[in-house]
Amino acid sequence: MTSLDLSPAPGAQPLPHMVAAHALMETRLLLRNGEQLLLAIAIPLLLLVGGAEAGGLIDLGPGRRIDVLTPGVLALAVLSTSFTSLAIATAFERRYGVLKRLGASPLPRSGLLLGKVASLLVIEAVQLSLIAALALALGWRPSGGVYAVAAVGLLVTLGTSAFAALGLLMAGTLRAEATLAAANLVYVVLLAAGAVVVPLAKYPEWMQPVVAALPSGALAEGLREVTAGAPLGWQRLAVLACWSAGAAAVAVRTFRWE
Amino acid sequence: MTAPAVKVRDLVMRYGATTAVDGLSLTVETGTITAILGPNGAGKTTTMETCEGYRRPHSGTVRVLGLDPLAQHRELSPRVGVMLQSGGAWSAVRAEEMLRYVASLHASPLPFAPLVERLGLGSCGRTPYRRLSGGQQKRLGLAMAVVGRPELVILDEPTAGLDPQARRAAWDLIEQLAASGVTVLLTTHHMEEAERLAAFIYVVDRGRVVSSGSPAELTSSGARNTIRFRAAPGLDTASLAAALPAGCTAHEYAPGAYQVDGPVTPQTLATVTSWCAAQGVMPESLAVERHTLEDVFLQLTGRELRS
Repeated sequence: MTSLDLSPAPGAQPLPHMVAAHALMETRLLLRNGEQLLLAIAIPLLLLVGGAEAGGLIDLGPGRRIDVLTPGVLALAVLSTSFTSLAIATAFERRYGVLKRLGASPLPRSGLLLGKVASLLVIEAVQLSLIAALALALGWRPSGGVYAVAAVGLLVTLGTSAFAALGLLMAGTLRAEATLAAANLVYVVLLAAGAVVVPLAKYPEWMQPVVAALPSGALAEGLREVTAGAPLGWQRLAVLACWSAGAAAVAVRTFRWE
Repeated sequence: MTAPAVKVRDLVMRYGATTAVDGLSLTVETGTITAILGPNGAGKTTTMETCEGYRRPHSGTVRVLGLDPLAQHRELSPRVGVMLQSGGAWSAVRAEEMLRYVASLHASPLPFAPLVERLGLGSCGRTPYRRLSGGQQKRLGLAMAVVGRPELVILDEPTAGLDPQARRAAWDLIEQLAASGVTVLLTTHHMEEAERLAAFIYVVDRGRVVSSGSPAELTSSGARNTIRFRAAPGLDTASLAAALPAGCTAHEYAPGAYQVDGPVTPQTLATVTSWCAAQGVMPESLAVERHTLEDVFLQLTGRELRS
């Protein structure tokens, strides 16, 4: 038997090291999960190809189809990762005692949250690159130049923050099975009725103010505007910031770790 | 003498109307193995989880390595290795991957390969957590508790459901921890385990400490041991009881079968044999029965099953 020195030598790694280790762990687990990959990558890419080819099926309004479709698919990818995947994964971490066990580890709760955010951003970078590459191959011609790139970055960051706060709010209060059902339901409802793929202008007039106030509506509509060369509307940012702050404030009070 | 590693004073914990822990006090001396023994629902896990900083005491104080487990959690967590009763890993994570992850949070973790070998985790290293057997999950939990080279480990039922070989490996590891200067606090249902490992045992029932001491103290002084012998039926047990030291009782439990209960010392035994000599009877099949920890446990916590 190899000798093992068990004498105490306690100590924590520096926070950035622990955050990176955690982010890596979560990213690996997500990439291993077939359902999550389907949701994060396959569905958006299929929607992009299908939506671009199936011309008459859904009326996307004026403008080139691919130019209208692509920003919506980008928004959908953000929704799937930062809301649905995060909520489901976190709810099951709660159920299986992972959050509890990590609570006794040197990783502080702030580090856990940072690790989760870092993992989300890595996954989103992969998703958005793949979607953008396929869209460009299908003829997507975004306008707006550097300003649009910066605006997309800002919208995606704020959108991620709003969806992640909502996802954690759900995961920290509902049971794991209920979160699984509800997170998928919200995804489908927002996809159908949240101005994700179909532009806001195509909704009945009475619905438009409601849909514009949804985080999905604000993110997708904002992305469609800036990639079409329009300025970034402050209302879009305000809607996302309000959802972020509101959901985070409630989540902090209601989150149960076990 | 160094300060105790864990000091719990008058701890009270309630869940709604239920009082899980009801004025419990215990001390764990540095570098020793201390066991909390008790039936299900006695408050063992709640007490441990308060020491781990998961719960806020309703009243009483808890100090771990001299620190407050809640207010000074950040400072304490790298120094304490925790094994939960169950769970604590992602369902899809591989055993090895989980252990490496926990190790990566610590400044100077144990070397990976020898630890895996010690706990027999090599063959299931690539198996996802959800497909590990109960025993493998326990062994991984134990590895996760010690990998950060803590000063104190708190183990909740570390060997429940392990096969005899794995239990022995876990015991060896726990004993080596103590020999290396690590303080161990564990809960168990197994008398054998408490008797073999622990220097000090707290028997807990209904949220209170009902007895405590070293295994030897609990089974000798704390318990009422028994002398049995056979002789002619109908002897005068009242005169035997009168001759015995205080606290002993004598009765004929079946014709010709006698039993003396109480603190059995050499003096007690000598009294029984000289009383027999005075009666002119030969005590046959004379036996001293030293109670096991299990007898003590059942005496203290009752014999009825609890839901």
